[in-house]
Amino acid sequence: MGTFIARRLAFMVFVLWGVTLVTFFLSRVVPGDPARLMAGPQASPGAVAHISHIYGLDEPLFVQYGRYMRDLSQGNLGFSFVTRRNVSTDIASFLPATVELAGYALVVGFVLALVTATVAAYRRGTLTDVGGRLSAIAGLSVPAFWLALLLQLLFHTRLGWFPLGGRLDPGATPPPQITGLLTVDSLLTGRFGDFANAVSHLVLPVTTLAVGVYGLMVRIVRTSVIDALGEEYVRTAVAKGLSRWRVLRRHVLRNAMLPTVTVLGLEFGLLAAGVFVVESIFQWPGLGNYAFQAIQANDYSATLGATLVIAAMYVIVNLIVDLAYLYLDPRIRYA
Amino acid sequence: MIDRAAAVERGRPETVAAGTLRRAKRTVEAFLSESRLNALAVAIVALVLLLAVFGPLVAASPDQIDLSAVLQGPSVHHWFGTDAVGRDLFSRVVAGGRISIEVAVIILSLSVTFGTILGIVSGLLGGLADELIMRLTDLFLAFPGFILAAAIAATLGPSLEHTVLALAVVFWPWYTRLVRGQVLSLREREFVLASRLAGAGTMWIATRHLLRNVLPLVTIQVSLDVGYAILYTSSLSFLGLGAQPPSPEWGAIIIGGRGYLQTAWWWTTFPGLALAVTVLGFNLLGDGLRDWIDPRVRGSIGGVQE
Repeated sequence: MGTFIARRLAFMVFVLWGVTLVTFFLSRVVPGDPARLMAGPQASPGAVAHISHIYGLDEPLFVQYGRYMRDLSQGNLGFSFVTRRNVSTDIASFLPATVELAGYALVVGFVLALVTATVAAYRRGTLTDVGGRLSAIAGLSVPAFWLALLLQLLFHTRLGWFPLGGRLDPGATPPPQITGLLTVDSLLTGRFGDFANAVSHLVLPVTTLAVGVYGLMVRIVRTSVIDALGEEYVRTAVAKGLSRWRVLRRHVLRNAMLPTVTVLGLEFGLLAAGVFVVESIFQWPGLGNYAFQAIQANDYSATLGATLVIAAMYVIVNLIVDLAYLYLDPRIRYA
Repeated sequence: MIDRAAAVERGRPETVAAGTLRRAKRTVEAFLSESRLNALAVAIVALVLLLAVFGPLVAASPDQIDLSAVLQGPSVHHWFGTDAVGRDLFSRVVAGGRISIEVAVIILSLSVTFGTILGIVSGLLGGLADELIMRLTDLFLAFPGFILAAAIAATLGPSLEHTVLALAVVFWPWYTRLVRGQVLSLREREFVLASRLAGAGTMWIATRHLLRNVLPLVTIQVSLDVGYAILYTSSLSFLGLGAQPPSPEWGAIIIGGRGYLQTAWWWTTFPGLALAVTVLGFNLLGDGLRDWIDPRVRGSIGGVQE
């Protein structure tokens, strides 16, 4: 197990290094001269050459890569010429909003999937089961950007139940920052008005994202509940007279939870894509919206910085998933 | 075999082609009767493909501007209504379907060709080549697919062609990994060893034996990926990274309609519905095929062809 973890960590370092190579390469194939972009359209060729020299863009590629890696090791992801701040500062300030959004979507999607999948597994082969599977695939097929627009149309424009976007009403002062998660901070400081405000802003974007999470989870939970139902320990539990609910909770679900851990890596990829689209539609001040604005403005340091951070998080989540699986199921021994 | 013998007994010898056709027909019938969802999937996919091929015959021109019929709701004349310059949205949605299918075909042809070749090379040669290729795939799989595609499309500059390229970059490693795994198990099989003993070259083995036997699995993977290729293309277009207006690509139509959400609900609703139903159809088909060909359930379909 020690060797497995060591190998897995070494592999992670290799992949993270590769990720920097890919993002560096992408940053150098940018069409148009980055120096020209920074200098602005009216700058003279001399000024462009000057900026090119300052940022070292006239040096050989491997020298530039060396400097990119040195900056990276100091947490420096470059400078965004849209926000006029360091990309790492930007990312740190936008990340909590994304964590809050994605976290609730994961919880809501998972709970809904658990209910549907359990019912479908118990009524295997019936119309309910078919309907459950159809709803899961539909959840994966609905374009997030379209669903977001429809929810805005129905629940904001027509019914007026929920706000159009943002994290709080315009003009509302956010609660003092403790975790950066508005729903948590407002409760910790006893500002219940802000809490309600934050929740009402979360409903539509969380719903949009949760639909995809639901779609991915139902299949795996259903299969593992069916597997668990066929196990002898479940038959024993039923035979000794435990109530149906207790068998479900203590014996079936507890064991069926295990395989769901394996799709968390996939969930992360799905959420990353969803966050990108959903944040830009709901004007959510998170990482996805930041990356989107950066792309629109051709702000390549910010685009690649955000890509690098998301990829790094993805690699780490996958490592944690592997280790968690090892810990949860002692029968598994990786070679 | 038995069927052909029976046909001969009845005095009606069956040609090989007819036999193949009949087996194919029976396979399709078996797939359709397996689950109601399979039938639904085939119906949706068939409809989408028919509209993509024959769309121009049933729909008007997607670019026909008619300023006397601006922002009209759904009616007998305009089933899906019209947009701000009076273009018929039904015609645009049909034209968009054609684009989506074309784009998905190109993306998957690129990634399947590239991924399969690398997978066979990797599995067959082993050693350093295998190591290099597998580390390369690991690298590309280290990015969440959509984010990598968005970053590539953004750096290359927004256009439908760049989106296609970006998505091909995202999809190929999955095929390399899938094919390599298959090749590793196939290359130790008797028929490959026998062929090698008989003096067959590596190229012969790769094309005659390996390619044929990885095709069924690759086909299932393609059917699972078509929906995502279409969905990602439209999402990138919606973000402004893919097809640009006035293209009738679905994502591009929806950006146009976004500003008219309050006054013209049909403008965003119908193209999105078409996209959702199309992706649903392909996802159901891929999911159904995967379950159906699952070797634990059924041994014969994906069986080895020697």
